[in-house]
Amino acid sequence: MPKADRAVIVGASLAGLSAAHALRDVGYGGRIILIGDEHEPPYDRPPLSKQVLRGLYSADTSLPQRADLDATFRLGVGALGLDTLAHRIYLSDGTQIVYDRLLIATGTRARPWPNGAEAASPNVYTLRGHADAEHLARGLAGKPRRVLIIGGGFIGCEIASCCRDLGLDVTLAVRGALPLAHALGSVTAAFMRDVIRDRGVDLRLETEVARFQADADSRVVAAILRNGQRIEADCVVAALGALRNTEWLAGAGLAVSPKGVRVDTHCRVLTATRAVVPDVFAAGDIAHWPSAIYGNRHLAVEHWGNAVAQAETAARNMVAGEAGLIPYDHLPDFWSQQFGLNIKLVGLPTGADQFAVVQGSLRDRRFIGVYGAQGRTVAAVSVDSARWLPAYRAAVAEATPFPPIVGALDQADIRPQPLAQVVS
Amino acid sequence: MSAISAKPGGLRVSVDLNRCQGYAQCCYAAPEQFALHGHEALFYDPAPSAEAWGAVERARVACPVQAIRLECPTADRDAEG
Repeated sequence: MPKADRAVIVGASLAGLSAAHALRDVGYGGRIILIGDEHEPPYDRPPLSKQVLRGLYSADTSLPQRADLDATFRLGVGALGLDTLAHRIYLSDGTQIVYDRLLIATGTRARPWPNGAEAASPNVYTLRGHADAEHLARGLAGKPRRVLIIGGGFIGCEIASCCRDLGLDVTLAVRGALPLAHALGSVTAAFMRDVIRDRGVDLRLETEVARFQADADSRVVAAILRNGQRIEADCVVAALGALRNTEWLAGAGLAVSPKGVRVDTHCRVLTATRAVVPDVFAAGDIAHWPSAIYGNRHLAVEHWGNAVAQAETAARNMVAGEAGLIPYDHLPDFWSQQFGLNIKLVGLPTGADQFAVVQGSLRDRRFIGVYGAQGRTVAAVSVDSARWLPAYRAAVAEATPFPPIVGALDQADIRPQPLAQVVS
Repeated sequence: MSAISAKPGGLRVSVDLNRCQGYAQCCYAAPEQFALHGHEALFYDPAPSAEAWGAVERARVACPVQAIRLECPTADRDAEG
């Protein structure tokens, strides 16, 4: 491969940096150019909603970079358009860049509060990037009398946990019947509901915020719920999930949807008619990929582990040539730290119809739970029991009959129970 | 070009918390930089001061599941394994 060869990575976050490292690991000697719309070098996001909001340690979470990475960064520059025929990217500073091979890793952004005027209030926050975290941390340091968090996903719950650690009163408004229900299923979600309430959070379920009331300075002073109730709050966090950054790909003829950019099993980007686009790959939150483990279902996840692993496979395939392509598959996994608990999940509980605690107990707040769908093991959750998880991870990867691993000496009675379908 | 170099200036740490199993060896090796909250939720300093390099390197080596990644632009790469 000639030294003049140029690999361009659009998106300078975890997936983009991981791909750059992987390109060097496989001996790629061409130029690597990372383009990122934020002004900072690649940084780690998971600590933002945990230790950074609490003010623990350094707020600088920039990721380790190997000394011999030899990559060029163009930061504070967004991509505006892509011409795959000309191998050209149009950038927000008016310049263009030509690639020999391209990785799309533009990830996601926080879904904003839908009312733009309200979202612009100085005490209405979202959390996705480093600047968001520092902004919100300053807001929390101002000792608001009550923080209102809208959204019962992991980010919302982690922020609520930080607020309690900071001694702040907090209301968590969740649209569904349980927090975290989509990700964890009804039994674990009900367990978390009790944990969250025990830790002093005013958890409001089946609650939707209709609008805010603001003072003369446009600062929110209260939220009005759909049922007419009023919650006084002087700090509001909209934790409504993420939107994929695909806008710059409009007009490029790619298979793009709200779930991201469709790729094949080799992380190669596909056109709207499902043809492989030469020399264009995607990885991380932006990629909508077929999972062999889950029957070639297309997955779109927002997980740290997927960003790293998929970027590595994509990078290898970027330089492999047709004969050397390797397939990507990955068992989804993630962790969350909240209310003093370490929660880890492997697999996808979506569509599971059974659940069983197989180690520990809900009462002790330390357990492993497994999820079954049509008699097969499809996911496992760990609460403060991480050392048991690898065995169950293997059972999930192999889709062993549910429940897996019965009769071990350290297990209590396993009593599978039906899993209710809950909309969160 | 709007930015040429984007190398972090000093020691940088990241931990693969999918991999971490809460053995807490890092917390013994570098107690100022790693701490458990509750039984096994690990918090850590992502950008420790240069003086902490020895302790953080010991933490990296001590991790039974090799979950800690550490880069120090000024350190000898051989020492980082």
